[in-house]
Amino acid sequence: MAADTQILIASDKDVVTARQQGRAVALQTGFSVSEATLIATAISELARNIVSYANQGRVTLKPLHGPNGASGLTIVASDSGPGIADVTLALRDGYSSSGGLGLGLPGVRRLMDEFDIVSSAGSGTTVTITKWLP
Amino acid sequence: MQVPILKQGGVLIATIQAALSDADLLELRTALVQQVVRYRSSGVIVDVTAMDVMDSFASRTLLEISHMIRLRGAPTVIVGIQPEVAFAMVQLGLTLEDIPTALDLEEGLAYLKQKARSIN
Repeated sequence: MAADTQILIASDKDVVTARQQGRAVALQTGFSVSEATLIATAISELARNIVSYANQGRVTLKPLHGPNGASGLTIVASDSGPGIADVTLALRDGYSSSGGLGLGLPGVRRLMDEFDIVSSAGSGTTVTITKWLP
Repeated sequence: MQVPILKQGGVLIATIQAALSDADLLELRTALVQQVVRYRSSGVIVDVTAMDVMDSFASRTLLEISHMIRLRGAPTVIVGIQPEVAFAMVQLGLTLEDIPTALDLEEGLAYLKQKARSIN
């Protein structure tokens, strides 16, 4: 079983590193180039959120090999930044607190099979996303 | 990673050659707008063939580039979006709105030529 990869995120250069490593791990896990691009795009959005809102945090890549033969990749993006006061609002298409396109979080949810977010004001944010091999 | 900008006739061609950070994208925006003014360019092509990912920041920056340059009276064409990148963009909800796109550099140049002809 492949080991987890952890990438510290503290600048926009780390966003590029995280998505490139994410793509490499996705390809190793058996995803197609197209699926690996979806995963890399999702990582790019989550890592940028860390830099924009929390200054720093980490992205962890966890290749999955389930007991029933299913394989996949889980990505955990976590920070101890200011957190999200209203998670429901942050997941709405077109909503942005940063003047962006407002497609970050809802877009990431569309790209992945599983999406989970834990956040509250003052205690940081952890987003966990998973894509399964078809 | 600086993006080289080539001047060919009245057209500026920016060829992205590797993955770009957010700061690189903003630098490209500044450089393109400055050069469009300096050379009185009639059109701009941004070649994104080598771009690994087009996320919301990259899309927004390309939109801004196109809008700024349009205010100078020149169209911007994005060329070379890879099929898997296009697939991810659509899923994410990114459409690049009204920016014209073309398959490759050649098609992009043809688009600008046609556009210039229809004005004159």
